[in-house]
Amino acid sequence: MYVAVKGGERAIENAHQWLAEERRGDLSIPELTIPQIREQMKLAVNRVMAEGSLYDPDLAALAIKQARGDLIEAVFLIRAYRTTLPRFALSNPVDTGAMAMDRRISATFKDLPGGQVLGPTFDYTHRLLDFALMAEGEAPFAAALPSTQAGAEGDDAPPHVPHVTTFLDRDGLIETDPATDTTPPDLTREPLELPADRALRLQGITRGDEGFILSLAYSTQRGYGRTHAFVGELRIGRVAVEVDIPELGFAVEVGEVELTECETVNQFKGSKTEPPQFTRGYGLVFGQSERKSIAMSLVDRSLRWQELGEDFTGAPAQDEEFVLYHCDNIQATGFLEHIKLPHYVDFQAELELVRRLRAEAQAQAQQQEAAE
Amino acid sequence: MTMSHDAQAYNFAYLDEQTKRMIRRAILKSLAVPGYQVPFASREMPMPYGWGTGGVQVTAACLVPEDRLKVIDQGADDTTNAVSIRKFFARTAQVATTERTQEATLIQTRHRIPETPLTEGQILVYQVPIPEPLRFLEPRETETRKMHELEEYGLMHVKLYEDIARHGQIATSYAYPVKVEGRYVMDPSPIPKFDNPKLGQSPAIQLFGAGREQRIYALPPFTDVVSLDFDDYPFASSKAPHDCDLCGARQSYLDEVITDDRGGRMFVCSDTDFCASRQAQGKVGRLGVGQAEGAK
Repeated sequence: MYVAVKGGERAIENAHQWLAEERRGDLSIPELTIPQIREQMKLAVNRVMAEGSLYDPDLAALAIKQARGDLIEAVFLIRAYRTTLPRFALSNPVDTGAMAMDRRISATFKDLPGGQVLGPTFDYTHRLLDFALMAEGEAPFAAALPSTQAGAEGDDAPPHVPHVTTFLDRDGLIETDPATDTTPPDLTREPLELPADRALRLQGITRGDEGFILSLAYSTQRGYGRTHAFVGELRIGRVAVEVDIPELGFAVEVGEVELTECETVNQFKGSKTEPPQFTRGYGLVFGQSERKSIAMSLVDRSLRWQELGEDFTGAPAQDEEFVLYHCDNIQATGFLEHIKLPHYVDFQAELELVRRLRAEAQAQAQQQEAAE
Repeated sequence: MTMSHDAQAYNFAYLDEQTKRMIRRAILKSLAVPGYQVPFASREMPMPYGWGTGGVQVTAACLVPEDRLKVIDQGADDTTNAVSIRKFFARTAQVATTERTQEATLIQTRHRIPETPLTEGQILVYQVPIPEPLRFLEPRETETRKMHELEEYGLMHVKLYEDIARHGQIATSYAYPVKVEGRYVMDPSPIPKFDNPKLGQSPAIQLFGAGREQRIYALPPFTDVVSLDFDDYPFASSKAPHDCDLCGARQSYLDEVITDDRGGRMFVCSDTDFCASRQAQGKVGRLGVGQAEGAK
């Protein structure tokens, strides 16, 4: 005798309870606090803010905690929350020239106004596990934290540091990038329609999956839609966010966000329509997100083949439809993982079909055998 | 900062009114141009893309407090994701829910059309993974939109023809493409082709929501819907050649259940409400039990 399986509801509730227990782990280990995650897992927090498209370190830290460290799941939590938020205003474009910088490097000029500021970077660390960090308690950690020069240098930075590309621009060596007052399209409020303009592409890439954008950028370096990018400048720091208040008639600072901006200078030999000039690739990402912003600027440059009169070689990183439709990890993971859901019905339909086709093939074979 | 996640913190049926208005506009447009995929600014929902976010948004935009909602997945009310979506709306919209097809004013479904014929005034909302019927023939959206514009469906016919050449029949068993009012070729979502004949001339409104792909399309009541075929290879609906082992139904779509590791199996209605109603009427299949005994 057969009784149909019931109890999906109870199973779900039990699964949620088990999940909560697993999230907490061993009760004898103190629970992580949101400030701990925010302060000590800052790069994870940055990634969740960037791909979640919501600048709020506390919420990002909460999402990481709730998601048990699964960053894509954390991004998802943030996105689902973000979409319910009302929009009060559009800010003015942030001025990255006025950034309070922690780090600023150029790979194209040895020295330049504003200087090279190494800042808190992994770049020249030797990747040796620091077992001192494994020691329990605050003492060894505190001892390893002398006050650094770099921080002080950053504070002394002039209020306005010109971008490297402006030096090239003055000599006409790099394509001009005229300022525009057009309100950029909003990927989160309008359906994606192609062809996309550069602003929309950049919007898609900046919230795209870091791993995906990284690999695409890497593929262009290896020859799939060749880019040969110099990091003209990489700067990380805080910028003020200002909103125009119509009643007041002037802009008011409503807060500040940490950004990583990368401008690449790309070789370009000129074409039928363009004189020989360097070209630009641009990356801008929430938080200290160097890898992402450099990768973004390479993919941006690669996607600009059409406007710069280059050939389409069929490389994935040149194909805006491919890039924009597949860079969002929330869309990707949702669709990928949905194949876990029941598909009894369509599988049954396939099963019937395959059985019928096999039966027919078998009957045919037998007929043939009999005929011979 | 504390966040309250109880129902009060969110608008009726979760989405804010501006978003609902945007979705309703897309729905109205889709009803005006049957079978045409209308782009809409799909929102991130608190469940993953691929879990029915399109259907959920369409349902959210259609629900009114007086509605009685039914949610099915694979025809069943008690599959985990159906349970989850029903609970979502019970919580965020406080609407009444039901498992009875006849009692529901709005039914959200994944992969099935209920066996019980729908009636005027009902809305059937489909969850759609890939709204584009031409997608697996042409991966580019820019191309497929052009093909729809130009009514250029030759590629689809070639595909069906190749099926016949290779397999002796059209080897598509679910998500079987249809033509709507002689104009747009439409993907009916991954319903088994057994359900295709129910698409046309239905008195109910049928809405299709694809969240990740940001598309909504629709079949208004009493629309002409034709499953693509050839004169000499006409469309044939199909199901497992059995009766339901629980209720004995001959005309319902069946799930196959493996009962042991020696090839034992049984076939039961995928539409759980249909099957349960028949059993309540005393109809018994090969392995079914009488109601009195089964209630234990």
